[in-house]
Amino acid sequence: MSQAQLASRPAPPSAWHMYRAMVGVGVFCGILIVSVFQVTRPLIERNKAEALQEAVFHVLPSAGTSRTYRLDESGDFKLLEGKAQGEQLVYAGYDERGELVGLAVEAQGMGYQDVIGLIYGYSFAEEAIIGIQVLESKETPGLGDKIETDPAFLLNFERLDASLLDDQSAMANAIVPVRHGEKAHPWEVDGITGATISSVAVADILNRSAQYWTPRIGTHLRNFEGGQ
Amino acid sequence: MAASSKTSTDEFIKGLWAENPVFVQVLGMCPVLAVSNTARNALAMGLATAFVLLMSNIVVSSLRSFIPKQVRIATYILIIATFVTVVDYVIQAVSLDLYKALGAFISLIVVNCLILGRAEAFASKNSVGRSIMDGLGMGIGFAFALFCLGAVREILGAGSLFGVQLFHDAFQDWVVMILPSGGFFTLAGWLLLFNWLKQRKERKAQTAALALRKEVA
Repeated sequence: MSQAQLASRPAPPSAWHMYRAMVGVGVFCGILIVSVFQVTRPLIERNKAEALQEAVFHVLPSAGTSRTYRLDESGDFKLLEGKAQGEQLVYAGYDERGELVGLAVEAQGMGYQDVIGLIYGYSFAEEAIIGIQVLESKETPGLGDKIETDPAFLLNFERLDASLLDDQSAMANAIVPVRHGEKAHPWEVDGITGATISSVAVADILNRSAQYWTPRIGTHLRNFEGGQ
Repeated sequence: MAASSKTSTDEFIKGLWAENPVFVQVLGMCPVLAVSNTARNALAMGLATAFVLLMSNIVVSSLRSFIPKQVRIATYILIIATFVTVVDYVIQAVSLDLYKALGAFISLIVVNCLILGRAEAFASKNSVGRSIMDGLGMGIGFAFALFCLGAVREILGAGSLFGVQLFHDAFQDWVVMILPSGGFFTLAGWLLLFNWLKQRKERKAQTAALALRKEVA
């Protein structure tokens, strides 16, 4: 570059101008984000709570009201007061007469693409899972997402056996996935052709969660009664 | 780019058709292909991008004398990312279902080259008024293009539009149209149509010019 060319170039702006622009824009952006966050937070929390509430009534169709319980260290279930803070929660559903119809439990596990999160309803009377709803899933559209839409697959969860042994220490039969059309026992999950991994994942998630929760619930059934 | 002879209406209209960001400039292909699997998702994504584009154009053009050239890219990205975060919260507040459907692609609006491209090529050199028209035109053009893709993919892939069933039960869904490859097929079809229209217009103009020259001779 010649001397003349160098001389004709405009002088670079001072560092002060650059700092002023960056910091000024940064402060403006920060204030904007914080104000939008403050305005939308109650709405977002309400949406999430509503979605969960709807899901509880979806998986416990005969319930009219629900209450949230937490599992404490001693294995007892206590009515949740205030906000949950990383505790293990179950949602008890009651009918119009105030009688316990079942519990809704959240569960999650690995699917084909990402974590599948779901909620299922457990009925004491039937000792069975009586409904599920997928809360979170990134399964392949058109294939894996059939776990949410396939009527034949959802039929599995109208009454999926999750009964306990007589001493209530464990489940009598594990929930197992089988190939489509080969379901022979009430604790088997009939899979979906073309969505094998996703449908097996749902069965595994339910099995793991039911193995954990049903013995604990079965021995503390009294905790949920007389709650109304 | 800053052709001063253009009126602000021209700035608005060019984004809709002649310089459509998707069909002509082929910009921002990542969300175009990924979230155009249903008409609703495509339209929501298009509108979210249009909002970010409009707001970043406004802020960039009003601050154009305040931002030194050396730090412009960092500043533009900061401005764009801010509005993307705003959109992210607003969509969560409006509908969690929609938020779930759009997934990671909301955050990825930050790196949509269309937005940074308009900030750099247009808003940083033009007045606020013209930048608003440019942002509106480009944004609506982008949303329109996404909707075109989303509608075709949903109709063929799921037999519905905005979730309303269109065909008899006997219609066999083309699942491939909803899968990622369907995005490429549909985009190819639209690009073919746009290029054919463009070439036909050019051919007509050529024939007209030729006929005029013969008459004169």
